[in-house]
Amino acid sequence: MAKGKVVVDIEICKGCELCTDVCPVKILVMEKNLLNQSGYLPVKVVDMDKCIACGNCAVVCPDSAISVYKLDGQE
Amino acid sequence: MSKVLMKGNEAIAESAIRAGCRYFFGYPITPQNEIPEYLSRAMPEVGGVFLQAESEIAAINMVFGAAVTGARVMTSSSSPGISLKQEGISYIAGARLPCVVVNIMRAGPGLGGILPGQADYFQATRGGGNGDYRHIVYAPSTVQEAADLMYEAFDKAEKYRVPVMLLGDGMLGQMMEPVEFKDHISPDFPEKEWALNGTGNRREPRKIYSLDVNPVTLEEHNRLLASVYEEITREEVRQEYFDLEQAEVVAVAYGTTARIVREAIGICRSEGLRVGMIRPVTLWPYPEAAFELIGKSCKGILCVEMSLGQMIDDVKIAVKGRQPVFFHGRTGGMVPEADDIANEIRRIAGACGRSE
Amino acid sequence: MKTVYERSKGLQSNPMHYCPGCSHGTIHKLIAEALVELDVLGDTIGVAPVGCAVFAYNYFNCDITEAAHGRPPAVATGIKRVFPGKIVFTYQGDGDLAAIGTSEIIHAAHRGEKITTIFVNNATYGMTGGQLAPTTLVNQVATTAPGGRDESSYGKPIKMCELLATIDGARFIERVAVDTPTNIRKAKKAIINAFKCQINRIGFSMVEVLSSCPTNLKLSPVDSLKWLQKNMIPYYPLGNFRKPAEVMG
Repeated sequence: MAKGKVVVDIEICKGCELCTDVCPVKILVMEKNLLNQSGYLPVKVVDMDKCIACGNCAVVCPDSAISVYKLDGQE
Repeated sequence: MSKVLMKGNEAIAESAIRAGCRYFFGYPITPQNEIPEYLSRAMPEVGGVFLQAESEIAAINMVFGAAVTGARVMTSSSSPGISLKQEGISYIAGARLPCVVVNIMRAGPGLGGILPGQADYFQATRGGGNGDYRHIVYAPSTVQEAADLMYEAFDKAEKYRVPVMLLGDGMLGQMMEPVEFKDHISPDFPEKEWALNGTGNRREPRKIYSLDVNPVTLEEHNRLLASVYEEITREEVRQEYFDLEQAEVVAVAYGTTARIVREAIGICRSEGLRVGMIRPVTLWPYPEAAFELIGKSCKGILCVEMSLGQMIDDVKIAVKGRQPVFFHGRTGGMVPEADDIANEIRRIAGACGRSE
Repeated sequence: MKTVYERSKGLQSNPMHYCPGCSHGTIHKLIAEALVELDVLGDTIGVAPVGCAVFAYNYFNCDITEAAHGRPPAVATGIKRVFPGKIVFTYQGDGDLAAIGTSEIIHAAHRGEKITTIFVNNATYGMTGGQLAPTTLVNQVATTAPGGRDESSYGKPIKMCELLATIDGARFIERVAVDTPTNIRKAKKAIINAFKCQINRIGFSMVEVLSSCPTNLKLSPVDSLKWLQKNMIPYYPLGNFRKPAEVMG
């Protein structure tokens, strides 16, 4: 049951990978083939169910490309 | 309104207060220290701010800061200190901010001397800072004129969003003369929609800058500045002149030097010579049109400055080769003498075609 | 659904020009969030530096002015003396604050100017391509020091927090880093406290933020933060050097 939800604005993401390093449940992975319009390979969430809504990814993102929400159990 | 006997520096300071200036940032340097000293007492009395900065560089940047808020702000210094301010003045001009800078000139170059000079003309009119910019330059000749021009300086700075310089010299700063502070009402200026005062969460944020890495828009900005300067050139020239049409010799001088030239002209006229004079009051924009009024009998123009010759370039530009241009100058803090100037005038009147 | 993190309202929506992984973006967020949380955003006027953050006026959602290199503390002084009730901050890098602008920052602190300075220390001159900075570490390579910082020619790197903490008017001085989420959260607290020092009209406040410039370190963003941890933090100790409670006894 997911505790959290991560939303990535892939056009803002610059592919810096800082978020992948700080996710405690390792659910953030860089795209290998999908370039955004700026030419970066953005990050994607591979297993949203494991998200604990710690917010580390969003805190560390220099571009505010990531939003994090805590789910209240009904969603 | 009665007259008071005041030092030039003090009159400039008092006039600034009456013109509505409420912020002064400066640094001590001879021969203008009376300006910050006067304002250190007078500014708090009118609820203004006086701050002695750690350097002339810091002072001009504090002026920049106060100017971005739309406030009436000034600084003052003398030649070497004005050199330090050139970066700040260029930024102020590029960002289209109003302010007043007073330069009480001393001899140069480098640390130079503490006695009067007029060797900052190039710096003032050609712009000592980088880039294509101009600022109005007022050159008073008397303490009264300095006081009157300070009102103009603040009004024009605000009207055109440009820095304005009041260019005096050590004699003007130190001499005491009677001065009357006229009542002055500034024109109504529109609300400053560029001024930074906090969004109040009610409007979009504003920014003030002179940087633009896009050459297309930076060129547009420069052309906008040029259009402002063109308007100033059309509207703001000030000068005094007399007896140009019949003159055999026309003397050109500004500031305190002009007063000595006038005395020399008096000597020559008493000998029957016909001598006229042009006294620029704005050094930029330069009163070129006055030179067109010089009549056919003129044998030569004598430019007199306390320098090795800087305004003479503008004289030659204005004269357009119609008459020969001669120069008499003293430098190092030495002041020109009326007798020497009279000799030059006689020489020009008597000997046509003498080379400089 | 509860929001854990969203883009701060203290930032405009413009995409930032900073390099991928550059600490500037992170630090901008912290300042923006602090201003919103302290409810002073509408009363804030910022002063941008010369450096990569010269375009800061496109990112913060408040009035901002450019300043000449090194001069933000003087510009901020001019603004604050006109508007003592507004919140004025400067945002400066190594060259701006620790090289050309040392006189201005020292005297603003000396006067106890009630402004807040955020000093981004990434041990290089980023915008101009990685030249030697006063904060570049001994033996760290720079484009104007290809053999590494030579201590016999340039001395040891300058420690601005320690220097300014000797000045009475400097009432809040703290050094933080943005290398981990924990440290980023601590950095935000320090920035909030620095602004509180201004809001409560106590005196000059500064937060030095140890940062990384991945581009000029020639490391990935993740590796450049590891470099910061290994090399910068031992030399530039994190912590508070001055805070108002101490000064007030």
